Amino acid sequence: MIRTPLRPLARILDARAQGMNPKGIERENLRLRREQARDAGRRRAEWRLLLLAALFFAGYAVIGARMGMLAATPVVESEPYAGEGISGERADVLDRNGRILATNLVTHSLYAEMRYMQDGRRAAHELARIFPDLDEEALARRLTDPDRRFYWIRSRVSPEQAQAAHDIGEPGLWLGPREMRLYPNGTLAAHVLGGTAYGQQGVTAAEIQGVAGLEYTADDRLSDPDLADVPLSLSLDLGVQSIVEEVLGSGIQMLHARAGSAIIMDAQTGEVVALASAPTFDPNDRPAPPTEGDPADSPLFNRAVQGLYELGSVMKAFAVAQALDLGLVTPQTMVNTRGPLRIGRFEINDFHDYGAQLSVEDVFVHSSNIGTAHLAQMIGPERQRDFLRQFGFLEALPIELPEARRALPQYPDRWTEVSAMTISYGHGLAVTPMHLAAAYAALVNGGTMVQPTLLRRPDTTPGPRVISPETSRIMRSLFRQVVTRGTASLGEVAGYGVGGKTGTADKPNPQGGYYDDRVVATFAGAFPMNDPRYVIIVTMDEPQETVGGVERRTAGWTVVPVAAEMVRRIAPVMGMRPQDPAVIDAELRLR
Amino acid sequence: MRALFYVLSAFAVMGLAIWAYGQNQKTQVALRDVRGLRAEIRSLHEALGVQRAEWAYLNRPQRLRALAEMNFGRLGLLPLEGSQFGQIDEIPYPLMTQNAPLGAVSEGSP
Repeated sequence: MIRTPLRPLARILDARAQGMNPKGIERENLRLRREQARDAGRRRAEWRLLLLAALFFAGYAVIGARMGMLAATPVVESEPYAGEGISGERADVLDRNGRILATNLVTHSLYAEMRYMQDGRRAAHELARIFPDLDEEALARRLTDPDRRFYWIRSRVSPEQAQAAHDIGEPGLWLGPREMRLYPNGTLAAHVLGGTAYGQQGVTAAEIQGVAGLEYTADDRLSDPDLADVPLSLSLDLGVQSIVEEVLGSGIQMLHARAGSAIIMDAQTGEVVALASAPTFDPNDRPAPPTEGDPADSPLFNRAVQGLYELGSVMKAFAVAQALDLGLVTPQTMVNTRGPLRIGRFEINDFHDYGAQLSVEDVFVHSSNIGTAHLAQMIGPERQRDFLRQFGFLEALPIELPEARRALPQYPDRWTEVSAMTISYGHGLAVTPMHLAAAYAALVNGGTMVQPTLLRRPDTTPGPRVISPETSRIMRSLFRQVVTRGTASLGEVAGYGVGGKTGTADKPNPQGGYYDDRVVATFAGAFPMNDPRYVIIVTMDEPQETVGGVERRTAGWTVVPVAAEMVRRIAPVMGMRPQDPAVIDAELRLR
Repeated sequence: MRALFYVLSAFAVMGLAIWAYGQNQKTQVALRDVRGLRAEIRSLHEALGVQRAEWAYLNRPQRLRALAEMNFGRLGLLPLEGSQFGQIDEIPYPLMTQNAPLGAVSEGSP
């Protein structure tokens, strides 16, 4: 800093020259100097004050903020441990009318925490009294084991058992909440629902995992916590399903069949309204999968979507439909039915002798193998294979059941003329009843393919066209004639215009060839035939009808009455009013 | 004047602080209530689930069928049949006369 002199010589000389007192200059400069010093002092003091104020402010701000934070923080109470991120939540499954098919229920699990255990031997003794199947000795050994910290006693106990376990008064026994999957209708729709099992288990929750059926397919959707409150709606109708299962069950009993299945499907949308497979099981207590024997004998086996059968004459509908659709024949064209038909060393026979020739209409109505084989010859193997592929017969079904995706249809690698002829009347191609249901829906609904589904699907966009509407109309008339004057005459239900086709196929013998006395009988049809709303498929394994001392195995005597009884019972429940038979037949007249 | 302003501001700050504290406490009470209500909703949900499951269990078709059979003598319930559908013109519409007692109308109808 340059210090300015108090008496600058130049200014004093100037002042003297002008006759002024130079002391004034000195005073003035002195004053300025003092003012400078005072300003500097004030600035310093001000700065200190500011610093002090800032310090105080910061201090108070910290105290204030801390108080605010304390006041704003909610009191965290020591809540019980909230689980290991395992969620037992699972959405409900409803039928199409909102009735519960599967829901969740809170129950308890029972476990032991050894650090609180007072008297393990007594606890084991008391527990064995509550759960008679517990081994008291083994349990006592575990509960008194000093190396053990934790032991699961039961993953699911009933409220009564929980209370009884609580009443033992042993502080080492703990009850944890546990979600449980409940199927309130018991065995109803068991094969559709499948079942669940516990996945990861924690003390406060356990993961419920679908192991089969829809519970498996829709596992991600059902266990999504965001959608836990949104139930999954199925296409099944609980009432219809119950009737179908009841009728199928009593039919199987009366006909001494080994097993059976039934499908009711909406012919326009492909929604499955009922799906039954007998024998069945209780999904609440799902049996373990069989480890030996034929898995197809297990009640877990879903015959409707898993069972591959050579379905016999019901397949004739496709040969006839294709021949009609290609314009090769009309319903009145005469076809040679003289038997036996020999191709190489292979021989095709008919159940009855139908004479030299029959019209296509009668070949179908009376179910002539020879006539159908001749139609297949006219069509040729390649066109037949492509036609059946369009109906989905050569692939696994895209329905929402894990079992169905593994059921690959069986057909010959080399699709020769002989295989084309046998396949035309239902031998050589093994498919599931559900394949048949979807294909029949396409045959009768005007000729567009449907995709079978178990989920509610209100939109009815028609699938790809497989046959012309006119062919579909002729097929409906033919199906109806099978009931009015053909092999399914016991299938008539007054006012509901049932139509369809029967099939009685000899069962293949695992040792080769076919059994003489074991058949798979099938009825595939739809109702009402003048405007088909539902497709019905009923299949029975080894049925036998012995009324009147005569053994009969053909589908017309076994599954057809069962199917008719189903239609009689379910059609009114589905709100279908019987129609005037004259109207139905007038609408289906061909000529 | 300035002193008065300072005093007033100080009081205003104190007042606001008291108000804010009160609001804070109220909020916490409300939050506690919400937590309580949530717990109640959860337990009611659970109870509702149990009731719904029980309703479905008691109304399972198998049981209803057995009950209908057991009480056939009293109720005479039979499966629904197609012949039970009626036409709207099959329903008798009695002519309503003014001030006619209800019994008189139903007696007069076929």
